[in-house]
Amino acid sequence: MSSANSYYIPHEAKWPIVGSISLFLFFMGFASVLNGGGWVIMAIGAALLVYMMVRWFGDVIKESESGMYSEQVDVSFRMSMMWFIFSEVMFFGAFFGALFYARVFSGPWLSGFGEGGAAATNAVLWSGFDYMWPHNGPAELGGDYQVMGWFGLPLINTAILLLSGVTVTIAHHAIKDNDHSKMVRWLLATCGLGFLFVFLQAFEYYEAYAHLNLKMTTGIYGSTFFMLTGFHGFHVTMGAIILLIVMLRGTKKHFSSTNHFAFEAAAWYWHFVDVVWLGLFIFVYIL
Amino acid sequence: MSIGSRWLVALAVLVSSQQALADINMPVGVTPISKEVYGLHMMIFWICCAIGAAVFGVMFYSMFKHRKSKGAKAADFHESTTVEIIWTAVPLFILIAMAIPAAKTLIAMEDTSDAEVTIKVTGYQWKWHYEYLDSGISFFSSLHPEHNAARQVGSGADVSQFENYLKEVDRELVLPVGKKVRFLHTSADVIHSWWVPALAVKKDAIPGFINENWALIEEPGVYRGKCTELCGRDHGFMPVVVRALPEDEYLAWVEENAPAPAITEADTAASQQVAAADEDADREWAMDELMAKGEGVYNTYCSSCHQANGEGLAGAFPAIAGSAIANGPHDAHISTVYVGVAGTAMASFAAQLSDVDMAAVLTYQRNAFGNTVGDTIQPSAIKALR
Amino acid sequence: MSAASAEHHDHDDHHGPAPGWTRWLYTTNHKDIGTLYLLFSLVMFFIGGGMALIIRAELFQPGLQMVDPLFFNSMTTMHALVMIFGVVMPAFVGLANWMIPMMIGGPDMALPRLNNWSFWIMPFAFLLLLSTLFMEGGGPAGGWTLYAPLSLQGGDSFAFVIFSIHFMGISSVMGSINIVATIFNMRAPGMSLMKMPLFVWTWLITAFLLIAVIPVLAGAVTMLLTDRYFGTSFFSAAGGGDPVMYQHIFWFFGHPEVYILILPAFGIISSIIPTFARKPLFGYASMVYATASIAFLSFIVWAHHMFTVGMPLAGEMFFMFATMMISVPTGVKVFNWIATMWRGSMTLETPMLFAVGFLVMFTIGGLSGLMLAITPADIQYHDTYFVVAHFHYVLVPGAIYSIMAATYYWMPKWTGNMYDEKWGKIHFWVSTIFLNVLFFPMHFVGLAGMPRRIPDYSMQFADWNAVASIGAFGFGFSQLIFVYVVLKCMRGGEKATDEVWEGADGLEWTVPSPAPYHTFETPPAIR
Ligand code: HEA
Ligand code: HEA
Ligand code: HEC
Ligand code: CUA
Ligand SMILES: [Cu+2]
Repeated sequence: MSSANSYYIPHEAKWPIVGSISLFLFFMGFASVLNGGGWVIMAIGAALLVYMMVRWFGDVIKESESGMYSEQVDVSFRMSMMWFIFSEVMFFGAFFGALFYARVFSGPWLSGFGEGGAAATNAVLWSGFDYMWPHNGPAELGGDYQVMGWFGLPLINTAILLLSGVTVTIAHHAIKDNDHSKMVRWLLATCGLGFLFVFLQAFEYYEAYAHLNLKMTTGIYGSTFFMLTGFHGFHVTMGAIILLIVMLRGTKKHFSSTNHFAFEAAAWYWHFVDVVWLGLFIFVYIL
Repeated sequence: MSIGSRWLVALAVLVSSQQALADINMPVGVTPISKEVYGLHMMIFWICCAIGAAVFGVMFYSMFKHRKSKGAKAADFHESTTVEIIWTAVPLFILIAMAIPAAKTLIAMEDTSDAEVTIKVTGYQWKWHYEYLDSGISFFSSLHPEHNAARQVGSGADVSQFENYLKEVDRELVLPVGKKVRFLHTSADVIHSWWVPALAVKKDAIPGFINENWALIEEPGVYRGKCTELCGRDHGFMPVVVRALPEDEYLAWVEENAPAPAITEADTAASQQVAAADEDADREWAMDELMAKGEGVYNTYCSSCHQANGEGLAGAFPAIAGSAIANGPHDAHISTVYVGVAGTAMASFAAQLSDVDMAAVLTYQRNAFGNTVGDTIQPSAIKALR
Repeated sequence: MSAASAEHHDHDDHHGPAPGWTRWLYTTNHKDIGTLYLLFSLVMFFIGGGMALIIRAELFQPGLQMVDPLFFNSMTTMHALVMIFGVVMPAFVGLANWMIPMMIGGPDMALPRLNNWSFWIMPFAFLLLLSTLFMEGGGPAGGWTLYAPLSLQGGDSFAFVIFSIHFMGISSVMGSINIVATIFNMRAPGMSLMKMPLFVWTWLITAFLLIAVIPVLAGAVTMLLTDRYFGTSFFSAAGGGDPVMYQHIFWFFGHPEVYILILPAFGIISSIIPTFARKPLFGYASMVYATASIAFLSFIVWAHHMFTVGMPLAGEMFFMFATMMISVPTGVKVFNWIATMWRGSMTLETPMLFAVGFLVMFTIGGLSGLMLAITPADIQYHDTYFVVAHFHYVLVPGAIYSIMAATYYWMPKWTGNMYDEKWGKIHFWVSTIFLNVLFFPMHFVGLAGMPRRIPDYSMQFADWNAVASIGAFGFGFSQLIFVYVVLKCMRGGEKATDEVWEGADGLEWTVPSPAPYHTFETPPAIR
């Protein structure tokens, strides 16, 4: 067996191919669902994917616990996590870009402000359309709707996420002091806040659909609103699950004051989700 | 002539005549802008040639002189801040020299003010609709029917026999010479792009938005162009033909084609055909009349998607033969064609077809390709919708 | 920086590959994975090339002889997707896998298991993509740029295409993360950043570009998906969106993407030219800075693909100037290569022939790119064959030639055998002649007014299209020579020395040929 001194290179990787097959089934199944087919293939793909992840991460945890990872391996993991988060930032960047573009360019153009054909666009095609954010387009797609205010649930959710950023930091300090039970307690709090956030978000969606007539089909406002908050909510869910797993590992005393990469990765991810929310809160809800 | 021998002839022509250059270079065009653009194009072309000659010259020189087989011994220099600065700065100056005239031309191109004639150009899959906003003339312009027949897969036509193959339309856009014409570009379905090389005018037609553009044609003549944004199956088959007339001839043409004032007011979009067919729309039409007319309409307007045999293209365009809609209740069938199907290539034909034409093509669909509904859809039913 | 121990540790008996076919399925070895990537890319090259030949066959004469226009469009679309995502990118990743650990003195890639996954996604992603050709309604036919709203009109294939792009994206991002971590974390002690070979540098920057823009593409196509299936209106004016917004987001990805397709090529050429000029690379540091500048500029020029969509004047000006600026650092690279050749002691083995071919023809493509950057002129050039000529000059004798040069250059190290020099040279000359017969006339028909993405054209373009099609078949079939040379070299031949090339410099030439299954488990000493 390799010792922690040399760079650990696993000699066989059986899970990746399972991962590829499961993703293939998932995507193929999802595409068929969208085309009106059944859910079975997609469900099999998703289940297989979860299984693959459990086993793969299981292997990694086992290797980590048996001390096969040198510090250099740890650095590789850290870098990868950071760059992965960077890629996620860019993914959200695309949707924020869409939001800014719709607000700064398309909206005003449709209502006649801007160079070139803007005036004619409004006069000939969409006369009567006045730009004001939020809007559901000159054709008023989706009909009358009400705007999601920032004051109620979203504000509470902001507080929840900010608080969870604090609790996860306390947990981090706890593990740096090798205090496992404190870490687990604060992680539990963080997860709790995370799931509470998701629950409230789901409730907000229910409100939007049931009472505000605010839907994905509510023009560009509904599109950007649900796309941004939806993907964010998905990331919160993933982040909370990851934190939960880290917490469970904490109860098994998997970490030490010097060796707790999995914890840090989860925490970074959580902070990232947090920051994205702040962006959302400002640009989707308040402004 | 076979392709091979035509090619030989072309090569011979190429070396011997100026004329052939027209086939391998940008046309100079007939507007002030197109001439400026041509000048710009030639300037950057020659600059690029000069850069290429210099760069490749040095490279080939060293490849011939500094060959091992010629006994060259490798030197060891590998750094010089001075030359790095020089070959950063010199290209920068060349670029600035190119950017200044380019910026000037660009500013001129974007200035659509003070136009005397305004034309709205709307792209459809796969034809153009022209609307003279000042005089109310409006019409569709699609690939000439003979060319359209010849270009079908397996038509067996010898396309080299056609003059201006794929560059001929059923109805040309007529423009005046010597007047600034402003174009408003938009689209009814997907993005198209309206291009006439001789006018140096190319602008995308974006559904839901209007783009502006302009041209001042200096010489009478016929100028041909194409749609240049991929717009689906028949993107290659929506030509643009502009006929530029001297001002008096142009005015005469407008006079002749302008719709009667009353109708202009009532309805701009479909005024022409609708007006002509208005009285026809009220009477009762017989089945064979509708079928005969409907076949023509079908082949002009529908066959590019649903195919001449009504079988469609599986997955992309549904078959009319056996279609539940074409064999079903009138309302759904009419609405499919009158309103279109949102989010698909099936556009609304309300503006393109007169009441009679639409009734005819609907009737035709119900009773052709093996469909045997046996009833007619009367023009009056369409008229009632307007 | 590196903390790998200087001692050699015994890894049981894991020094050779596992026996049997599962070796390839489960492998974590960077060399195996590199080989898989390269072979995959070669297969896809013939598939994508076969599609190109269908295009060229239909365009041989005016009139529609063979295919339905919809199928033609679908060939154009698929050809581009396959060539870009299935050929050039995987080939570069394959080369990175093979060479980067050896060049920096590391034992393997930083994340070997993830590395396996990055590769094994590709065949499945392409299965998903290519399967659409057999669906009702055919494959995607809206161009590789998938512009809304046209792409939304696609049949059932649409969702499959979108997901296959997500799928490939996952692979690219994971692969790039791995490369970045490898370069930062796996270098042998003493291998400082400014000592790394340029191939490593260019890949580092490329990986950064990939991580930055592939997610943006994923976002863009996700919005297409929701517009089509979930009723959002990102790209429809009626709901307050804008079809042009898609283009902005797409090209924010798309333009850096074209540099993703060329920066590793710059690295390869920067390795080959010094070797055969027997002289160190001129201006190493300025090469690094130039690459970084190109990458930086690539983020602010995207709208040069959109000069006709009706942007405000200030936007057109900005994008014109920014695009022109890219010529400066690219020029620096070209000049440095030529300065490397200057007063060298040159020989022209096959890799060098391809490198010189690259240098000349890439520059031609770059100069036509500069012409395209001039907005008023681009309004005439845009969406004509002039653009097609431009990008094939930078992609085929650019990216593809660099990959072939790299193959000839490093194949002796990979296989332990010299390739057949005579057939290598024949391959170069035949390819180069046909390639110019194929792509040069496209400049002419483009300027004369032939739009791209059309299955049929007017008589005026007939002659040059016939010429181009002849060139295409010539070029396509001459690639069989390449396959022959590669297979022959894999099976045997004159044994290669460790150094292989007289003027070669770099760690990869210090290990035996063929390179052992594991290299540098003990980090080498760096001068
Ligand atoms: C490998 C891929 C690659 C590379 C490297 C490039 C490089 C460049 N490209 Fe290209 N391009 C594409 C791939 C690439 N392109 C593709 C695929 C498309 C079409 C996409 C589609 O629509 O489907 C495209 C389209 C495209 C357009 C849009 C055209 C249109 O649709 O209307 C433009 C416009 O500005 C452009 C410009 C440039 C420029 C300025 C460079 C520059 O980087 C070139 C710089 C190099 C040089 C200039 C030569 C060397 C320099 C010197 C010798 C120094 C001296 C020079 C001077 C002082 C000028 N490209
Ligand atoms: C790296 C990218 C890359 C590469 C390598 C190529 C390579 C080639 N391309 Fe290109 N091409 C693109 C990227 C690329 N292309 C892009 C991005 C577009 C734009 C798409 C769009 O508009 O959306 C495009 C579009 C495009 C068009 C325009 C289509 C249109 O506008 O309608 C044409 C037309 O001639 C063409 C031709 C070719 C040819 C002949 C080759 C040749 O180099 C290919 C060489 C051929 C072979 C290697 C074939 C070998 C095959 C055999 C020997 C036969 C045996 C066959 C089997 C075993 C299957 N391509
Ligand atoms: C640009 C392509 C195009 C053209 C031209 C076109 N159609 Fe269609 N048509 C479609 C598409 C796509 C659909 C499928 C719409 C859907 O998904 O429901 C369709 C559906 C239909 C249907 C319903 C068929 C069914 O069973 O679902 C009818 C009827 C029809 N078209 C009639 C016409 C008529 C009449 C014309 C000419 C006047 C015409 N179409 C021209 C693309 C076109
Ligand atoms: Cu209309 Cu292309
Ligand atoms: Cu670009």
